[in-house]
Amino acid sequence: MPTIYIDNKPFDVKAGKNLLEACLSLGLDLPYFCWHPAMGSIGACRQCAIKVFKDEEDTRGRIVMSCMEGVKDGMRISVEDAAAKAFRSQVVEWLMTNHPHDCPVCDEGGSCHLQDITVMTGHNYRRYEFKKRTYPNQYLGPLINHEMNRCIQCYRCVRYYRDYAGGKDLNVFAAHNHVYFGREKDGVLQSPFSGNLVEVCPTGVFTDKTLKEHYTRKWDLTNAPTVCQHCSLGCNTISGERYGKLRNVVNRYNSEVNGYFLCDKGRFGYEFVNSENRITQPLIRNRTVEAAGHDAVMQHVRTLVSGHTLIGIGSPRASLESNFALMELVGKENFYQGITDDLVYIEQKIVDILQSGTIHTPSLKEIEQADAVLVLGEDIWNTAPVMALAVRQSVMKTAATHSTEQVPLPAWHDNAVKELVQEDKGFLANITLLPSPLDEISTATMKAAPDDIARLGFAIAHLLNPSLPEVPNASEALISHASNISKALQQAKHPVIITGTSCWSNALIRAAFDIAAALDMNEKKAGLAFVMQECNSMGLAMMRASSFDRVVANVRNAANVTAIILENDLYRYIPAAEVDAFFSKCKNIIVLDTLHNRTTEKAHVLIPAATFAEGDGTFVNNEARAQRSSQVFMPANKEIKESFKWLSDIKSSRTITANGHDKHPDDLMLALESKLPQFAGVSRVAPPHDYRVHGARIPRESHRYSGRTAMLANLSVSEPQPLQDDDSSLSYTMEGYRGMPPSPLIPFFWSPGWNSCQSVNKYQQETGGSLKGGDPGVRLFEQTTAAPVFSKDIPDAFAPRPGKWMLLPQYHLFGSGELSIYTKGIASLSPEPYISLSKRDAETSRLNNGDPVSVKTNGKTYAFPLSINESLPDGIMLLPAGLTGLEAQDWGAWVNISTVIV
Amino acid sequence: MISHLRTMWLVFIHLFKKKVTIEYPEKRVELPPRWRGRIVLTKDPDGGERCVGCYLCAAACPVDCIALQATETEEGRRYPEFFRINFSRCIFCGYCEEACPTYAIQLIPDFEMAEYKRQDLVYEKEDLLINSQGKYPGYNFYNVAGLDAGVKEKGKGKDEEKPVDVKSLLP
Repeated sequence: MPTIYIDNKPFDVKAGKNLLEACLSLGLDLPYFCWHPAMGSIGACRQCAIKVFKDEEDTRGRIVMSCMEGVKDGMRISVEDAAAKAFRSQVVEWLMTNHPHDCPVCDEGGSCHLQDITVMTGHNYRRYEFKKRTYPNQYLGPLINHEMNRCIQCYRCVRYYRDYAGGKDLNVFAAHNHVYFGREKDGVLQSPFSGNLVEVCPTGVFTDKTLKEHYTRKWDLTNAPTVCQHCSLGCNTISGERYGKLRNVVNRYNSEVNGYFLCDKGRFGYEFVNSENRITQPLIRNRTVEAAGHDAVMQHVRTLVSGHTLIGIGSPRASLESNFALMELVGKENFYQGITDDLVYIEQKIVDILQSGTIHTPSLKEIEQADAVLVLGEDIWNTAPVMALAVRQSVMKTAATHSTEQVPLPAWHDNAVKELVQEDKGFLANITLLPSPLDEISTATMKAAPDDIARLGFAIAHLLNPSLPEVPNASEALISHASNISKALQQAKHPVIITGTSCWSNALIRAAFDIAAALDMNEKKAGLAFVMQECNSMGLAMMRASSFDRVVANVRNAANVTAIILENDLYRYIPAAEVDAFFSKCKNIIVLDTLHNRTTEKAHVLIPAATFAEGDGTFVNNEARAQRSSQVFMPANKEIKESFKWLSDIKSSRTITANGHDKHPDDLMLALESKLPQFAGVSRVAPPHDYRVHGARIPRESHRYSGRTAMLANLSVSEPQPLQDDDSSLSYTMEGYRGMPPSPLIPFFWSPGWNSCQSVNKYQQETGGSLKGGDPGVRLFEQTTAAPVFSKDIPDAFAPRPGKWMLLPQYHLFGSGELSIYTKGIASLSPEPYISLSKRDAETSRLNNGDPVSVKTNGKTYAFPLSINESLPDGIMLLPAGLTGLEAQDWGAWVNISTVIV
Repeated sequence: MISHLRTMWLVFIHLFKKKVTIEYPEKRVELPPRWRGRIVLTKDPDGGERCVGCYLCAAACPVDCIALQATETEEGRRYPEFFRINFSRCIFCGYCEEACPTYAIQLIPDFEMAEYKRQDLVYEKEDLLINSQGKYPGYNFYNVAGLDAGVKEKGKGKDEEKPVDVKSLLP
């Protein structure tokens, strides 16, 4: 460990870092703009100047940019040197000559890196008397606002957008003091990671347009650590509330999961919490007055649950607590997953693999560090976007590592490394049904039907481990692809295989496992990552309940059935005919949910449940990492409660032993651990509800929170008591412990002098490293030394059938989400429903793009315009999955075009 | 004894001194213009609301008695959707006026705010907004703020160059 002397004090720092990183990791306040821990240094802004001295005798020293200078043992530097300080202050003064005087109307104000740095350097009065430069703005879509006057030319936006996220439509234009960061012309930013510009930009050039609709300053938000609800990756987020409405979602750094970045669906898809469509009142249907109060509905439910056969349908988007509370209420044998048999089978297979401990499942950070990636079948760009971003980093980083092995260059030296790497790429094989933006950085791509992709997987596994069976009747193309990919995987030290459930094929899961296990036996540290469908799909699958098909069979002969459906729109997962058949067997249907949907329409009793923002909950992500999401605000409407509270109330009203006390989420997690041993460790996911730091809670509100004595004064001038949160150690006040909270309980990132999101540096052990005290979340499965059991069942090659098509889903980042679609901006970017066929199939059926096509499936006919997909394999028909108004389909079934309206 | 006489003498000569009290309310107290009394929201010379809903007054308020919500017109001009001051908490410290970057919030020499019910001391925007520029005539924040919010076009403000032509390479 090198020792460096900063202002004559010795410090031990990590080798291979630059001086800026070293200083920030030591907790020193050194201003910077263009450097970003995820993107390295380019030395563009000249803000992080320090003095370096030759030796102890040197008193003059020289000014260098700390971000461009590596750490050397025995180095003597000065941050406090008068010349260095003056230099930094002059740089800010120069940047401010053109910065507009619009902080009061700028959404960045209060969480602005430029404000922080200006204050830090001490520049306060304007001496420049000439005119300010102005720029025209651009329309960048419904999610991002552009105000180009505020730009300080640090180049972070284009470096993030183009180099890091692989976007193409944002660039820097013009020359000298006129440089312009924007698009070639007005239009929607194409990258699904454009929302990160809001956090990457150190000033207010790019701001959150959804926040603008109900603008609130960072200091006025009631914040809590939450977990993203829109896919299975479980990205960590911070959600903020004001006046009873959720205002924004920002990234919560977790080095193992999302790091610094979120996708646009996760960042902007929060507005369902504020939707008009929310269920706000318990309803008892078929009465003259349907709305009922808490006690009335509990009394009614009590009569429905006693003496009836209780059936509980769980949900992949409800928390572990709620699913477990439902299982406790109805009994393990009566608890079912609200998804189809096919999906349960595939997910069960995944859980079996993970639980067996034969293979390591990588975190997103480990995927970023992989040196070869094989994506087998999963369209991760749409189903797990942040994973696609991680895969891109793996490709870029592998190329950089290869190059810097030959020429010694520090990894943080971004421009030099790029210059050296040129067009070199690490290995990525993207084997999917459809083209994806990832193909551009892929070494190998192949577009095939799921069964053919699985066969390719088995062929690779055979080449890696010849004791595995050969693929029968393999085509030459398949074998050459397989040998290319297997060679690259064999050369890698940490290969990662990615697959998932979106192809509805269990052969894919088995093939991916065979490859990963075969690599692991060849002394590689191979990883196998799975993508699931919903935020708690893994948690529900781990409970190992039966599928919906099983409940339909089981209730067929039962009388007096009361079904309790937990936060699950069954029509989204299961074909309508089956759901209707099930409902017709149920005497009473009790539904707990947050938003009105087709399932809640069928409810006899409808109970308003809390969304993620209004309740605590634990979610298990795709790598079986359990993470706690905390309550952001208590709804003013007391009828809205977490589902597990409603279910525990129902349970205690049934049994006399209950003492009437509310159950805390941590009590439920302890009970879950003892009932289902596969969840061992889940109770450690967050400190218990009675955890205190020096007797104090952790405040959700900043110390500058305003309006305390006025916000409710219109209702009553006497201020109410602050809300009491008994379920966690976070409080609803400004008072409490202001130091570093334990990492699962960080409500917002803030540090004296650092108001913007850049304050995360102060929460990390080292810049870009894990949070102090370890990253939040508990991984439930780890690799053991168990021997793998290979699968030998290889599917036949996919053969198109004349006049019939295999129906498969296409997922859309914007549109396929049940909840994110409530954000207006996301809804406007969602595609219209369509039917997709291959070019040859369309030609043989004499169809053109846009022709209306009807298809009959599950006894229902759908008519949508045709969209010819040139890369789609023949014999496959695609329907967009999960768009509003589109029902669940029998994915993988064969359908025919019933009528063609010409 | 001398002390007693002295005291009586002093009291006596006060009979001929000018009164320090005034006959309020028949006679009004004269207050300097910067006296800190009732809080108002002023308007700019064009008659538009000066408040841009920046929340700085609320943040500066030591008793947290200001609550507001910012919103925007279609042209992008910010204004408060609601603006509430709980005068039963206000200590008339004037920090809000000091914090206000647009001269919108001002304290005026009016203190006659007594109410029988405390609830009546909660002032909403319509109670606060006055049809005047207050102490700072002629100031319009949007003329100096750079951005275009319907008041002036980009480049038309004070000390602004006209917008950059991105396609030009001229120096």
